[in-house]
Parts: sequence; structure tokens; C-alpha cells
Amino acid sequence: MAKPNKPEQVPDTGHEWDGIRELTNPIPRWWMISFHASWIFCVVYLLLYPSIPLLHESTKGLLGWTQIKEFKEAVAENDAVKAPFLKKVAQMSGQELLDDAGMRNFADSSAKAIFGDNCAACHGSGGQGAPGLFPNLADDAWLYGGDFDTIVETITDGREGDMPAHKGELPDAEINLLADFVVAAAEGKATPKGLIHFNEAGCAGCHGEDAKGGAINELGSGAANLTDGIWRFGGSKDEVLRTIRYGVNQEDVPNTRIAIMPAFGEKLTPESIKMLAVKVHELGGGK
Amino acid sequence: MTDSEKGMVSDLYEEAHHYHVNVGGETIHAKRLTGRFRTLKWYGSALWLLYFIMPYFRWDGQQAILFDIPERQFHLFALTIWPQDIWMLALVLILLAITLFAVTAVAGRVWCGYFCFQTVWTDWFTWLEEKIEGSPVQRRKLDAAPWNGRKIRLKLFKHTLWLMISIITGVTFAAYFTDVFDLWYRYVSLDAPIEAWVVLAAFIFGTYVFAGFMREQVCFWLCPYARIQSVMVDKDSILPTYDVQRGEPRGKVSGKGSESRGDCIDCHLCVGVCPTGVDIREGMQEGCITCGLCIDACDSIMDRVKRPRGLIHYASEKEMQGEQLPPLFKRPRVISYLAIFFLAVGGIVYGLTHIPPVELSIVHARQPLYIQMSNGDVQNKYTIKALNKTKGDLHFTMTSVGLDGVFIVGNKGDKITLKAGKMVPFHLFLAAKRGVLKNKKTPFQFIFKSVEPPFIRLTYESVFISPRGK
Repeated sequence: MAKPNKPEQVPDTGHEWDGIRELTNPIPRWWMISFHASWIFCVVYLLLYPSIPLLHESTKGLLGWTQIKEFKEAVAENDAVKAPFLKKVAQMSGQELLDDAGMRNFADSSAKAIFGDNCAACHGSGGQGAPGLFPNLADDAWLYGGDFDTIVETITDGREGDMPAHKGELPDAEINLLADFVVAAAEGKATPKGLIHFNEAGCAGCHGEDAKGGAINELGSGAANLTDGIWRFGGSKDEVLRTIRYGVNQEDVPNTRIAIMPAFGEKLTPESIKMLAVKVHELGGGK
Repeated sequence: MTDSEKGMVSDLYEEAHHYHVNVGGETIHAKRLTGRFRTLKWYGSALWLLYFIMPYFRWDGQQAILFDIPERQFHLFALTIWPQDIWMLALVLILLAITLFAVTAVAGRVWCGYFCFQTVWTDWFTWLEEKIEGSPVQRRKLDAAPWNGRKIRLKLFKHTLWLMISIITGVTFAAYFTDVFDLWYRYVSLDAPIEAWVVLAAFIFGTYVFAGFMREQVCFWLCPYARIQSVMVDKDSILPTYDVQRGEPRGKVSGKGSESRGDCIDCHLCVGVCPTGVDIREGMQEGCITCGLCIDACDSIMDRVKRPRGLIHYASEKEMQGEQLPPLFKRPRVISYLAIFFLAVGGIVYGLTHIPPVELSIVHARQPLYIQMSNGDVQNKYTIKALNKTKGDLHFTMTSVGLDGVFIVGNKGDKITLKAGKMVPFHLFLAAKRGVLKNKKTPFQFIFKSVEPPFIRLTYESVFISPRGK
């Protein structure tokens, strides 16, 4: 085609201006090949894939390919890879999962996304919680227990705190004394007199005779340890007064504290919950 | 009025004709002769046999050269190179590039002429073509002839052989990435993964089209090296050069006026043997891959007409002007290329001899930066990623130095098992008693020590973060 022709011999279009002739050299072969390959590609693509927009949808294409189908296939492929590991998660006990480095790593990494989707909105991406609103999962203070099985139980069934409101039940002066004791206890400055007062007021029923909380003295009530430096609702005297006066989750009590953890048993698979429990356990305070 | 003012532009056409551009409109059927450079070219080609043989070598029970992409390991005989050592690849690439530059500066396109896969595969393909279809004259005749039984038979045979070479080329390439015997079995039983088929298809297509049809067009229009070579050669580079002084005016060896002519008898054999179809007598040009085949051709003619050899010979521009070539070590280009070359070699040798058996990386948790524990301790979380590159399990202890009153929580640092060839991240907690640390951020070191031979001690810089004043 594109032979090096002597210009005198090349046929022309008959147009000539000032001795300059318009030649009819053929188009280079590589260009023609590319051109034909391009339009053939377009036609094949048009036929195979969804391409022509119609009024409400587009042509389907001979392959029946769709983006969502490809996505679902990829997800299925990924699920197939994970399946044997998930089976192992289902079979192993909590302790076994925590002791097996490979499985612990699998659970921890897999739970990252689940944690981000379901837990991080309240508890933060690192499980650090939000002071006064949502508990920190990375420390070793647990209201309901920080062992693997209890964490599974908490995620599955949820939790709802319950502390009665004491405004009206106890005189204001006494509530004031109790608040002073609690603030001092957290700093390690509790007086024996204060503790007696604390017991007489009935607080020990939930928080224990030593004020060290529910989970620790195995009442399992969710009552907080008042002697450590960790606060569920804030440790200033004003915050403590509010908690004592209006309680937690009290119906028809204004200013009451809200402490509700939803149940995830129906939303998440048992394997996901187990893997979440591994992650939470590994955040830093698992028992 | 001059010619151009009168609209006479035929001289423009004359000039345009001089710039003959080879765009592949005509297949170049080069003549094959024997000679010094032809022999050299065969030696260069023979090196490529290694490419076909290497995958079958075994070392320690596995393929000697294996780029194991799923496992992210590169096996090179006794060496295993991990992704963490990939920085050496940059040096290898620099090394290859600089070698190419240096050789080009000294002796032109040696790579193109003797070693390049494009040249070598094209050479094999045209060798087969000659064996099947005959000499260039016969081939041209066959190409022009109408289709008949003989033409179909010859062409079919040729293309079958070409395709077979292409297939073996493709399988061999794929064999560097997976076990070669398994790969052959899978290809033959049509059970290979899609990636393997894609690689094979690409290589069959590439080999068949590039070596069979495009040939010198690849060197002219596709290869970037051909486009930049002009900045790599200088007046000292030796290249196949036509001795204009001696050769011109060219013309018939005998007959009227032959006594006053130069040594070039204008036999066009130098053009006839050129695999890229250039006329070396027009000087150094883009299409010349400096393979020296025109030198062989010209020498054979000079022998026949009883004139001294070397009308075309390897010479630099300076030599042709009668100057002396400066010694290699006095050329700035050579010196700077060599300096980079040896730096890269040094880096690679250092890298290969210092591949660490364990790769350690410790990440401080970013959120939360620290945790207040119920007993008043401040706890920091670290993720330890330790890759054991050896072939056996290793046991380590882990301690921290530079932090008084800070301890590793539990017994997690006492005995760490690193499985052979694995990297399983794990968490570790450091805790500081209340009030021990004065600063918000305290730098310290983790010490990672093996408990049994081989004795390995690694340190890793990290920080401990605590609330101010606690």
C-alpha cells in the first residue's frame, strides 16, 4: 500500500495549484488496520455488553453482564475463600480462638469491617468510646464482665443499664454526701465514715459493700466499680450528682442517663459475633 | 524569477524522494551470508537458549528460578527474595539501563544487533523461512505468485513452525511464574488458570506478529531505545561505517571510467543483507541496528574484487576524520556510566548478602493513643508484624528499653513463635504506672532477640504516649 512512490508517478486528483498537485496516496496500512480493528471492536462491544440506552433501561448485551452481577460473583468468591475459616470459628471455643495465633489474627482482621459497620458509631473506631456517652471497650473496666463468653452475650442480647433515681427517695443533703464519697473513692481517698454512709443508703445492694461494682463482686448487675478512676457518665461532682439523682434508664424521669446497648443477635451471624468478641477482647482489656 | 517563484517545485519532490521511509509496505527479504559478524550473531542468539532451558533447572527440590506471585516470593537458586527486598529490583533496573547506555556509548547498538529478542526471534523466523521457501529471490517470487497447492503447502508449513516457536516462547515465559512441569501438564490437559492462558495468548500473538510480520518495523516505530540512541552515541562510539573517502565515487568495477572510481562497486549487497533494509552508505541512521552483516557482505565482495577489506567497518566518527580515539577511561560518559554501574552492583551485592532473616515492623495504635486502665495504669497498644523469611520456625523474646517503670503486660513478650515463611500480626500492650512518665510522648526501643541459633537481634524505635502529667 504505502509503497515509496516516485511523486511523478502517483495518480493525482486532478487538482493542481501553482504546480503543486494533490496526490492520492493510499492511507498507511497500519492506520487502516487500526481503523478497522477499532470499529470491529465497537460493534462486538455493542453486541456483547449493555450499551444502547433505551427509554427505561438499556440493551442487555449477549453476555448478560452487569456490574452488580460481577460484584456478587466477587463477593461469593471471597466468601468461598473465607468459608473454611468461618467453619473453624464456629467450632472453636473462645479460648481456643484467642490462643491460636492464626485464627486470632483472622478473627481480628475480619471483625475490623464488622466493628466499623456496627460498633464504631458509638464505641469509636478503636473501641475508645465517648466519655460520658458510650463506654470505652479498650480498658479493663467492665460493667458486665470482660471474659470472652460474656462479651459474646453482651453483643448477642444487648445490655440495658438500670439505676434507680434517688431524687425524692433520699434527702438532698444525703445525696450530696454520697456524691462526695464517690468522687473521693475514685481518687483513693474514701473515708471509712463515707463507706458506712454508702452502705446505709442502700448503694451497696448493687455497687457492693466495698463500692467495687457489680461484675467484680459477681452480682453481674452492670453496676459500676466506683473506686477506679474510670467513669461511665463522668466523674465531676455535678455529673455524679446527676447520676444519683436521676438514675439510669428510668422511665418518666427527666435527665435520667441513657445506657442502652442494642442486641445484635439477629443482625449478625454467630461467627461474626464471635470474631467481634475476639476483637473486643484484644482491644486491651479482655479478661 | 527563480524556479520556486515560478512555481517549479520538482526539486522539492527530489528531496522528498531521498528520505525514503520504511513503513513496512514491502517485506524485507534479506540475503543470508556467512562471516565474522554472522557468527557473532549466532552466539548472541545462542544465549537465548538459556531462556528456554532455565525453567527446567531444580534447586533444593523446587524450580531454580521462580517468581512465585501468590506467595510473593522470588526464588533465585539458593536465594529467596521477599517483597521487602524489592528495592534491589530498582538497582537491577538501573544496572541494566546503565549497561545498555555504556555499551551504546562505546560500541553502538550492540544489544539491538546481537542480543535483542526482536532481532533474535526475527532471525530464527527468517532462517526457517529461507529453509522452507528458499532464497530471497525465490521468496519474493513466491509472494507474488498466485495461490496454488505448492504455495499453500510451503506457507502452511512455515506458519506452523512459527506458531510452534511462539507457543514454546509463551509457555516458557509463563513457566518462570509457576512450576514448569505442572504448567505443561495443565496446558496440555486444558486445565490452566485464566492468567496462564492470557499470558500464553499474548506471547503467541506477540512473537508471531512481531517476529513473523512486523520485524524491522518494531525497531523503527515501536522500540523506544531506537528513538533515544542518538543521544547515547557520540563521536567516539564505534559504529558500522562506510568509508566515503575510499568508496566514492561508486560504480562498476570494470568498464569505461572505472579507474577513476572509488572502491565501492555499487553491488548493493550491503543493502541486500541488511535485516532492516537500510543503506549503510548513507551514514548512521535510525534503522541501523549495528549488527555488522553489511560488513560481512562488503568484505566478501572486496575479497572477490581483490581490494582490501574494511570498506565498511566498525569505526567512530572521530576515527573517520583521522583522529585518535581517546582511551575508554578518559571519556566522561564511560566514567559516569561505570560509576553508576558499580554503585548499583555494590548495592545489589550488599542487598543480596544482607537479606535480613526476620523483617520487623511495629505500629503504635493510633486510636486510642493510650488507654486509662482501672488501676490507674496507662496502657499503649502495639501491633507487631514480624515476617520470618527463613525455612524454619524461630522463637523470640521481646523487651523494651529506654522506658523506666513501663512493662509489657502479661507474658506476651516472653516467647514469640514465628512460623517459617509466615507473618501473623499480633498485639502487645505496654503499661506505665500512674505518674511514672512526665512527657506526653516518650521514645524507646523494642528489642527482639532470638532464643536459639541463629542468633538474631533486632531493634525497633517506637513511642509510648501518655496523658500529660500522669
